[in-house]
Amino acid sequence: MTGTKKHGSITYLPDSPVYITSRASLGGSEEKAGKLASLLDISSEDDYFGEDTWEKAETAIVRMLVDQLYKSAQTTPESTDLFLGGDLQKQCMATSLGLLPYGVPYLGLYGACSTFAEGLALASLAIDGGFASSAGVVATSHFCTAEREYRTPLVYGNQRQPTAQRTVTGGGAILLSKDAPKDRAAPHITAFAIGKMRDLGIKDASNMGAAMAPAAFETISTFLEDTRQTPEDFDLIVSGDLGNVGHRIVSRLAEAAGIDFGGRYDDCGRMVFDPSQDTHAGASGCGCSAMVLTASLLRRMEEGKIKRLLFAGTGALLSATSLLQGESIPGICHAVAIEI
Amino acid sequence: MRLSLSKEQYAAFSGRMSPASPLARDLPLAFLIGGSITAVGQCFLELYSSLISDEKTAAALTSVTLIFLGILFSALNLYPRLAKYGGAGTLVPITGFSNSMASAAIEFKSEGLVTGLGAKMFVIAGPVIVYGVSASVLYGVIYYLIGRIGG
Amino acid sequence: MLASLLRAFLVGGGICLVVQIFIDLTALTPARILTALVVLGVFLGALGLYQPLVDFAGAGASVPLPGFGNLLAQGVKEEIDASGAIGILTGGMKAASAGLTAAIFFSFIAGLLGKSRN
Repeated sequence: MTGTKKHGSITYLPDSPVYITSRASLGGSEEKAGKLASLLDISSEDDYFGEDTWEKAETAIVRMLVDQLYKSAQTTPESTDLFLGGDLQKQCMATSLGLLPYGVPYLGLYGACSTFAEGLALASLAIDGGFASSAGVVATSHFCTAEREYRTPLVYGNQRQPTAQRTVTGGGAILLSKDAPKDRAAPHITAFAIGKMRDLGIKDASNMGAAMAPAAFETISTFLEDTRQTPEDFDLIVSGDLGNVGHRIVSRLAEAAGIDFGGRYDDCGRMVFDPSQDTHAGASGCGCSAMVLTASLLRRMEEGKIKRLLFAGTGALLSATSLLQGESIPGICHAVAIEI
Repeated sequence: MRLSLSKEQYAAFSGRMSPASPLARDLPLAFLIGGSITAVGQCFLELYSSLISDEKTAAALTSVTLIFLGILFSALNLYPRLAKYGGAGTLVPITGFSNSMASAAIEFKSEGLVTGLGAKMFVIAGPVIVYGVSASVLYGVIYYLIGRIGG
Repeated sequence: MLASLLRAFLVGGGICLVVQIFIDLTALTPARILTALVVLGVFLGALGLYQPLVDFAGAGASVPLPGFGNLLAQGVKEEIDASGAIGILTGGMKAASAGLTAAIFFSFIAGLLGKSRN
């Protein structure tokens, strides 16, 4: 079945654009020392953010982002019809506890590192469907909660693989509205694709770029087919957080498929840390693409440096248990086209 | 566009795209740092042997000292920094074993002194004890039976 | 003294080097490798092949994890010789008791006093 707003196999074109009316970004100590340093709305040297556990610190991150979001939008949570968000903690607790005090209608999401793109796509569905006139989206991650959840205690001595990525401490939040702001041009979502999962058998949790790259390639290329566009129609195509390895794989797959990115393709996992920070294959985590989009990409759009952006958030769908039971890691990728 | 790659083809392709572990850096570091830790152990062994006539007590004290140092360096957050370079050199000596227990105790304290620190201290070290002790029991059974039959 | 230090350094470093090769070239996780090393230590200790290495290199062979396995095997053997069948169950832990108790108690203190840091 193909609805009237659905084009091709995975792409949706809203009747009218969905406007990004406010954005907030936050990074921890390592992020503050990286490439986004001067672009973050909020940053901290203290990765505990004044709390006494890492989990509570991530809850604090969610609240700081949401506070900043409403402050910059000069509105209040009462005006928001729907809030979507997620993180990497078990049962998505940082987001739930973080949003609790705001009294917003809330749907918790889990899309691993694709959560922010998933939220943007779902919020666009709700707004274009006429079910909401405004929606918020938030995604966070914390290096220290992710290490405990997926890997080893922090002071355990181990060597990271060169393909491993470092989970971002931080995140991003966005307010979306069916109405354009009156006083300025705002970036707006003109199309989005809800990707299909893809599993080509990667089981190595320290090489998630390789696990996610097939889904990223398939979603990006299918979106271009569905909308009859080429990479030239975009100023920049960014994948979620494939890191160096996944970025290289997607580039090669595109080359082999005859898709010419022409230098327009980059990856959020490569845009956070400086190579001198020794973070191996780059950045990852729900907070990574959320932070890069809100701190850097949307800012560049507002400054007129990027007119058309394809933001393709990627996620590695695994749990500590699925890995131990020998399952391979399916990848997912949702694409969101943003214009100004 | 759907990829027409088999899992085997993709494993080979993604393997070529992934940087390999830097053996030329890792191996000398593992040798140097691992060797240094065991040499420090030897210093203590010589020291204790010169003070105590019982060989076994001297050896046990040496283990206890290294275990203590591994835990101290963990609590000071220095062991993981060394391990970043040491790899197997910090993993294999008994200091790595004690680091695995101390790091879990420190990490999981936030889940409570009983359910966190107490229960999860063995999350990494547990299997080493379980399989080591079980293997020794199997050996004991065989050794005992051989002794009975032989004797 | 210097010669024994050098032997400990070379043998201990050599064991770590071999394990590093396994870590870098196989998909085995460190936890599996450590478990395998201890079982290997018990096995070599049972066959009487590890003790000569301990006699030669001292801490160079007893401090790496196979040394822990060897200690368990030697403990079982000695207890069976001294006390009979009950040694099957008492020997290993008895030999390893000082180290295990120290590791548990010091880790407990570290857990109480230490703070998780990145």
